[in-house]
Amino acid sequence: MTATVFEKPVCRLAGDRGFLVEFGDSIDPRVNAKVRAMACVLEKEKPKGILEVIPTYRSLLFIYDPEQTDPDSLYLLVEKLENSRADMDPNTFRIVEIPVCYGGEFGPDIGNVQKASGLTQEQVIQVHAAPEYLIYMVGFTPGFAFLGGLDERLFTPRLETPRMVVPKGSVGIANNQTGMYPIASPGGWQLIGRTPLNLFAPWKTNPFLYRAGDKIKFVPISESEYNRLAPKETL
Amino acid sequence: MKAFEVLAPGGFTTVQDKGRFGFQQMGVPVCGVLDTFACNTANLLVGNDTHRAVLEITVMGPSLKFLSSMDIAVTGAKMEMTMNGRATEQWRSIRVKSGDVLTISQVQAGCRACLAVTGGIKVPPVMGSCSTYVGGGFGGFMGRSLQAGDILDAHGGNLLTRDRVVPEKLVPEYLSHVMLRAVPGPQDDFFDQGASTLFTTRYMVTPKADRMGYRLQGEKIPIKQGMPKSIVSEPSMPGGIQIPADEQPIILLVEQTVGGYAKIATVISTDIPKLAQTTPGDTISFERIDLKTAHQIYYDEKEKLAKILACI
Repeated sequence: MTATVFEKPVCRLAGDRGFLVEFGDSIDPRVNAKVRAMACVLEKEKPKGILEVIPTYRSLLFIYDPEQTDPDSLYLLVEKLENSRADMDPNTFRIVEIPVCYGGEFGPDIGNVQKASGLTQEQVIQVHAAPEYLIYMVGFTPGFAFLGGLDERLFTPRLETPRMVVPKGSVGIANNQTGMYPIASPGGWQLIGRTPLNLFAPWKTNPFLYRAGDKIKFVPISESEYNRLAPKETL
Repeated sequence: MKAFEVLAPGGFTTVQDKGRFGFQQMGVPVCGVLDTFACNTANLLVGNDTHRAVLEITVMGPSLKFLSSMDIAVTGAKMEMTMNGRATEQWRSIRVKSGDVLTISQVQAGCRACLAVTGGIKVPPVMGSCSTYVGGGFGGFMGRSLQAGDILDAHGGNLLTRDRVVPEKLVPEYLSHVMLRAVPGPQDDFFDQGASTLFTTRYMVTPKADRMGYRLQGEKIPIKQGMPKSIVSEPSMPGGIQIPADEQPIILLVEQTVGGYAKIATVISTDIPKLAQTTPGDTISFERIDLKTAHQIYYDEKEKLAKILACI
């Protein structure tokens, strides 16, 4: 599929307080870079009447105060910012290392991924830990990162019956996606490992380790290393 | 100061304020009270700013033993209440003293009531808000709904110099059929005759209705020929009417952050409280309005609150 970056952003109404701006029609790093660049500029400039800016794969949602601004003004603002691209730097990102203990009790479904890929457990780990995964967006649950860049060989369908509870820190694969569960929640992903890090720590000043636009690098660790790093605090 | 001890928690009682803003891009839902009108009014009745934390009470009321003198007010869904065994009223301030026991019974009309206390319920703010997010296990009182034996604090403050009462004509009625006004979009271009179905037929609230969203049942709303059945995941907005694969609408609420289904229309913010007061079996119809009208309604609602403040 060839991705389309829209020539001009497409705008849509989301009720009396929401305004959605789309920069393209598919999941593509170029489209996503435009979304993030716009979000970064808006975060710095804090234009009047904008209460919240939420970037996702290919669109931005503005939540606005109708007493201070309206979709027409917001559209003009987006156009103006698009035309003054000098300020926009979508290339500022961090590479965040996530230690993962693969297989065993932490990754009970790694065998399913081996079967789907025809690789050995060691190879699955090596292939999964090789890329720097782009965080397209964060959502679904607090700190849940939607990652791009999973190696095709590891594509594995979801579990037929989802688990009622996936432990927090679990790392899994679902079709062409890979990701981490920052909090315990129900889920149907194939679990291949677990990180000892608190991916979401609401009690901290900065509750998150990463944000959209950053890159994730998984680092394989042993079980004893896991136990050494495992946090005392629990959610 | 200590406010009250929970003798019985009721159906599902949580601490909520207006919501946790600024973190939806990190996957943290806004949360907050669903019936903002009831919350605002309850706070005004006890002399608070409207952003103070309240109890949101769902379907079955709690029993509380007060531990200090303060003013309280209960608004929203119609529930019978007794103070030390004697009947007492909603939509007015009530002076309580240490040892008084308030018992709120099962709902008679509506779904959610709000209880405000002098100064507001005091819990440690998490990421700028006192709202409980039960799904994430944080915020509010220990990140969960109240349980028997919990003791909650209040900020306290000046007690009222006279009782405050909302005039009867300003108290909302909670009926089993509601009309919700909605602005088409964000994906109204995904639908053709589905839009007229939405705006001309009635939908029933199913038992799958909570703070994440309300699943409705009624005539199917098909996506028009040639349009994709889902969209690239995008941010959710409370009020968004999402049409999933089974073609039955779901109205998204405050505990969602992103979603991948097309949204045919969005219920205006002023009407979310009306939706929040419906229960399974109630029916809903939708009225299509344009954005200009929606904003006028938004301003009118603010004036209504100012009017209430002026006359209580």
